Amino acid sequence: MDTPRGYDGVVLAVPVTVPYVRHSTDSTQWWVGRALSGLAAGAGVSHREFDGLSIASFSLAPDNTIGLTQHFGLSPRFIDFVPLGGVAGVVALRRAARAVQAGDADIIACIGADTNAPQSFRQSLENFSRFSQDAVYPYGAGGPNVSFALIAQAYMAASGLSRADTGRIAVAQRANALKNPHALMKKPLSLDQYLNSRPIAPPIHLFDCVMPCAGAEAFLVMREETAKAQGLPFVRLTAAIERHNGFPADPVMLRGGWVRDVDTLWGMAGVEPGTVDLVQTYDDYPFISAMQFEDLGLCPKGGAAEFIAGHDFTTTGSLPHNTSGGQLSAGQAGCAGGHLGLVETLRQLTGAAGERQVEGARRALVSGFGMINFDRGLGSGAVVLEAA
Amino acid sequence: MTVERPRKNPLHRTRQPLLPPGARSRKAHLLTVAAAEGRFALPRCGDCGTYAWPMPEACPNCLSADITAADAPVGAVLLADTSAEVPADPYFRERAPWRVGLAQMDCGPIALVHLHPAPQAGDRLKLTLMLDRAGQAVLHAGPENGGDMRTDKQWQEMVADPRGRRVLITDARHVAALPLARKLADAGAAGIFMGLPEGWKPLENRADFEAVPGLTFVALDLASDRSVEDLVRDIGGKVEILINTADNPRPGGLMAPASATHARMAMEVVAFGLMRLARALGPALAGRGADGGDGAPGAVAWVNVLSVFARATPPEMAGYAAAHAAALSLSHSLRAQLAVGGVRLMTVLTGPTEDDWFQLAPQPKVTGKALADAVVGGLMRGLEEVVVGDVARDLMARLAENPKAVEHDLSQGKL
Repeated sequence: MDTPRGYDGVVLAVPVTVPYVRHSTDSTQWWVGRALSGLAAGAGVSHREFDGLSIASFSLAPDNTIGLTQHFGLSPRFIDFVPLGGVAGVVALRRAARAVQAGDADIIACIGADTNAPQSFRQSLENFSRFSQDAVYPYGAGGPNVSFALIAQAYMAASGLSRADTGRIAVAQRANALKNPHALMKKPLSLDQYLNSRPIAPPIHLFDCVMPCAGAEAFLVMREETAKAQGLPFVRLTAAIERHNGFPADPVMLRGGWVRDVDTLWGMAGVEPGTVDLVQTYDDYPFISAMQFEDLGLCPKGGAAEFIAGHDFTTTGSLPHNTSGGQLSAGQAGCAGGHLGLVETLRQLTGAAGERQVEGARRALVSGFGMINFDRGLGSGAVVLEAA
Repeated sequence: MTVERPRKNPLHRTRQPLLPPGARSRKAHLLTVAAAEGRFALPRCGDCGTYAWPMPEACPNCLSADITAADAPVGAVLLADTSAEVPADPYFRERAPWRVGLAQMDCGPIALVHLHPAPQAGDRLKLTLMLDRAGQAVLHAGPENGGDMRTDKQWQEMVADPRGRRVLITDARHVAALPLARKLADAGAAGIFMGLPEGWKPLENRADFEAVPGLTFVALDLASDRSVEDLVRDIGGKVEILINTADNPRPGGLMAPASATHARMAMEVVAFGLMRLARALGPALAGRGADGGDGAPGAVAWVNVLSVFARATPPEMAGYAAAHAAALSLSHSLRAQLAVGGVRLMTVLTGPTEDDWFQLAPQPKVTGKALADAVVGGLMRGLEEVVVGDVARDLMARLAENPKAVEHDLSQGKL
């Protein structure tokens, strides 16, 4: 496979987070509206100047992106709808970047947004996918916790990863979250608390799980000269990969689709694997972050436990990881969870991360992972971003 | 032998029935047929022979649309297991923790399965396709050697085990009534109510009935509104399994002198009798489908023992076959109504039985014991459709192949 063309001249700008709440009485359309408003304010232009709109959401029905153009008074020449869960952010960015690069659009608003009501989680499980409806939900209705528990059991047995190892990831993220005013989790978490939390679906316990919430994450994709003309701080996209159903013959998911494309990723980025100042993995469960450390080339396969032991993942540590607190501590706002790492990285690489700013952050790895349709997460993606 | 039934605390509210998630794709119902009959079948491609799971609309190997539910090997290996401690769905939450596993089937596919307490990761499994309380086909995995199903609460939730339950058999004069009573007592039924129509008539083997532990005679004439209502008023809340054996076989074609009279009698007992029972006892059974409090198992099944002539009519049994066809039709309505309580309706289609009314029918005929074994076996496996006897099975197979040929065979007296 040839290395794809680079994303020369494509940048990301204007990180927007619409502050999360556990439950919202507002619709997803409301959350999209707030995100658009935030992007327009941040960019210093009217939202009517956005000629591209990309939406990732699970709870937008009966709308999709096209209806929102009228709803919010836009006339874009590029629209996209990517209800792809945790991989939606990377997918949206890849498509938007190519559209901007090719001149199909000048400024694309990429928004992940979902609302959340007390019944939302169960309702979304009931209707998640055809395979889930036929062959997952009727088996105990444990949702992703059960599906990931089965993967975790097999992966931890195969890799030697222990709960103490995954606990270190969760504990560091909580420390990071305490510096993030948007994070829903406000109390410190100790390794003892993690290890002694109640079982949800062993080996998954309470602090392995994200808290579903309402919220939105958004950023703009444009050409570098556009950002400069507006005087906007920006970051460059230097590499991106995407793969779906990467290893259909694997009996159980011990690796993600990143493995197929990781050489492409670092080849495009033009750097040795893992030479980054910070990492944002898709942390629907800490052990999935560990799997990403391996599959994205930060450590060898089977080396996650040693890698975790050798690093401090807090914002002042040796390898800052999920510096916003990640979904585990900031909250999982549905599809916005896939945009969270991108938006946080945009802040970090433009020096806008406030108290949790990673000093001297120049290059970051951000990965996405999504859609447990049946027995495994289908979508995997990753990007490398560079400070301007 | 009969089991002492724990007494339910009368101060506790009867637990209201909940059902597991019942939504399925239309294609997935290819599996429901197999599960209802107790066959193990999986989606398989007719072109390349690849097995698939979950049910696809085209073969993931060759994209052929020729997907059927085909018989499949039951072996598998457990890859991983867990318990849902806090399920999202109320039915499972009430029954949590619920044990599930990821199984790799010998024939290829991976599946999420309801898992018996014993198997651990790496163990060999035996898969069963069964109906859950919503009447939907699901995969259960138990130990390869069979294992003890009494320790598997999840299995027990899906079958209709007579153990600890009270059973009403509607007609003692049916040839299967006594063997049924004995078989149910052996299976641990907590009590057997034996319906006796026209009690003034002698019951030749009464002493044999009375020797069955836990058996009580009750007056029941399905042809009478009052009789049915009286009985249900007395014991309606104490029946967890109903087995309707009431019948009225009278040979005679449409042109026989008493054809209308005999047909009316058969209808009164077999069809209208079923309606009387359904109206009086149906709500009580459906309402107690989850009444499992204090260790006393709740209502679980309704069995209609019907003639296979409900499906194919020998001309000399015109009225009788019509009555059974009516009852079979009513069974489908009743199944839908009992389903709200998670109570299973099992239809048993039998060939001619070994008794005086089928004296002239050719062998092999179905003995009362064989019929009783099939009924209790069907309950223990949680089936919906049971066909008993070689004649009935042969007739059903021929019907599936060519119904018009069956019509011609029967018109020529070829059963």
